Amino acid sequence: MTYEKILFFIFAMSACGGALGVVLAQRVARMAFWLIVSLGSVAGLYFMLHADFVAATQIIIYVGGTLVLLIFGIMLTATGPHVKIQTSPGELVMGAAVGVTLLFLIQGTVRSVDWNKAAIVTSGGEFQQNEGQGYNPTGQGNTIRPLGMALLGLRPDKDLGAPEEAGLSSGYLFPFEIVSIHLLVVLVGASYLARAKQRTRPTV
Amino acid sequence: MNFFPIATNIVDYLQDSVGLTNGLAMVLAALIHGSLLVGIFMGTPVVWIWGERKIAGRIQDRLGPTRVGGRFGWLQSVADGIKLIQKEDLVPPAADSMLYRMAPYMVCVAAFGTMMVLPFGETWVAVASDIGLYVLVAILSLEVIGIILAGYSSGSKWSLFGGMREAAQMVSYEIPLSLCAIIPITVAGSLNLVEITQLQSGWANNWLIFHDPFVLITFFVYFTVATASCKRAPFDLAEAESELVGGFHTEYSGMRWSFFFMGEYAAMFVVCAVAAILFLGGWNSGIAPLDAALLEMRALSADGSFQPMSYLSNAIGMGILISKGWALVFVQVWVRWTLPRLRIDQVMITCLKYLIPMSCFLFLGTICFPLVKFYFSAQWEPVMENGKQVEINGEKQWDLIDSNTSIWAPKADKWAKPNISAPAEDVETSQLILPNSTPIDDGELADVDRQVAGGTR
Repeated sequence: MTYEKILFFIFAMSACGGALGVVLAQRVARMAFWLIVSLGSVAGLYFMLHADFVAATQIIIYVGGTLVLLIFGIMLTATGPHVKIQTSPGELVMGAAVGVTLLFLIQGTVRSVDWNKAAIVTSGGEFQQNEGQGYNPTGQGNTIRPLGMALLGLRPDKDLGAPEEAGLSSGYLFPFEIVSIHLLVVLVGASYLARAKQRTRPTV
Repeated sequence: MNFFPIATNIVDYLQDSVGLTNGLAMVLAALIHGSLLVGIFMGTPVVWIWGERKIAGRIQDRLGPTRVGGRFGWLQSVADGIKLIQKEDLVPPAADSMLYRMAPYMVCVAAFGTMMVLPFGETWVAVASDIGLYVLVAILSLEVIGIILAGYSSGSKWSLFGGMREAAQMVSYEIPLSLCAIIPITVAGSLNLVEITQLQSGWANNWLIFHDPFVLITFFVYFTVATASCKRAPFDLAEAESELVGGFHTEYSGMRWSFFFMGEYAAMFVVCAVAAILFLGGWNSGIAPLDAALLEMRALSADGSFQPMSYLSNAIGMGILISKGWALVFVQVWVRWTLPRLRIDQVMITCLKYLIPMSCFLFLGTICFPLVKFYFSAQWEPVMENGKQVEINGEKQWDLIDSNTSIWAPKADKWAKPNISAPAEDVETSQLILPNSTPIDDGELADVDRQVAGGTR
């Protein structure tokens, strides 16, 4: 058993355990804590796959951003000391159904990958370029450069072998800017709607 | 991302010279390096809790600790630690016991996790990630969750207020922190903390803080925001012992209480070390001959073998980085005992009304500065005067004839030399990008060079 496998099992167990904790916990703040454990372990799995950008983004957005807001919301709106959520049996059945469906979907996806082909690349020592799915060890440590180039429309991995008439990919910078301006407008609108209607006297 | 580049060195050493099996050597190497990191993580609080008490004493015209361990009371932190371990571990009945127990660990884990990507030397970095700074900021932002959970789960009003203040403060101060961290990134052109430091070798004027006036101001803004993000005075509203008893840690005692302070001091060191890496040259000493000698020593183990001289060089680099970080920690301590605490509304106004606009302006200024600098420092020459073309190197520069304006262009060979050169890893790319690169013999590349230079002009 390799060290990667041991680490993988640690992270995978805590991801699953955290997810179970979210379902089984009664108090909202504890659910948030188990969600931190689960999402953090998934980020650890991303780190192990050398997808460090995805891992850091997972931490900064979900754990550092969303969950802080969640706990902040609980603290501001709670009427009692510890807010509890009682899950009804019907909700549990519905949740279990959705979970099992998702499990089958993931299992189908996992089975569709040619793991033997990927295993040759990972363990065979000869770093052949693996087309399609699978783990690609030649791309280690170079996650941010391809991402930045793809944002600007340069896709060396796709464009080099592509036929001439297919043209170059257009890049994601423009959609990215549109989305960010859209979010800015939403934020300004939200703060306009939420502001105090009566002008309060400045305290400073 | 390169996992444990030094560990492979020491693994080879343990296998070949000591004669251990591969598995045992790897476990031993991981233990050695892990305990080194834990040593830095624990050493900073031990030194600085004593240091803070000494400095506070001097500032307040006292002596500070004098008894424990002889002359300067230098064993005070150890005595404190032993005392805290002996204390009872209390959980108030109103508290959410699981979260109450977990919160101090979260603070510690977040502060310790950042050391995973913090480079102490050129090869002394656990994970040399391409996006080191991004990972570091992401992991450091986890610390706030521990504080908020501690405040919420204590079941006490003081703690809840402390936690809410912390949440409000952190959510606001993360914005200028990231903006200020982006500014040296745009100058260096890399998120990799190792690459950023390598760019700053040579004399101290190569440090990014001296790159242009905007970065100079950014350093002070960053330092203010970093102080606030470690909830140090004058921004320690989450603690605020004169109003909130102890803030988020009111109910804590013993080791769990001390974990918060370990995390706080370690986080102080981490943000100061990041400031040293981003602005103050990291492990470079700022003295060019010394840096060159250290680089030579480091190059001995370029093939991945174990070399004692290379280790020594890395150790010296780590010493330089830690001294720079500790110097900045000293400033934070000095500020804490000099300035009074702000009110919570003043803290928020400082961030939202002053620090965010300031960092936006500095970001814009840093982007525009190279253009302005180029405009004034390039040697300009007329290419067309009153519609008459001027020949340069036997070539007519413009095809416009019917214009009475004069056009000036910078001399092609006198471009402003950038203070920071491109990373030397890719020679061909740097020749293509740098306008003042010497013409190369390869005809095709030279053509591309001319095209790129023309496009930039």
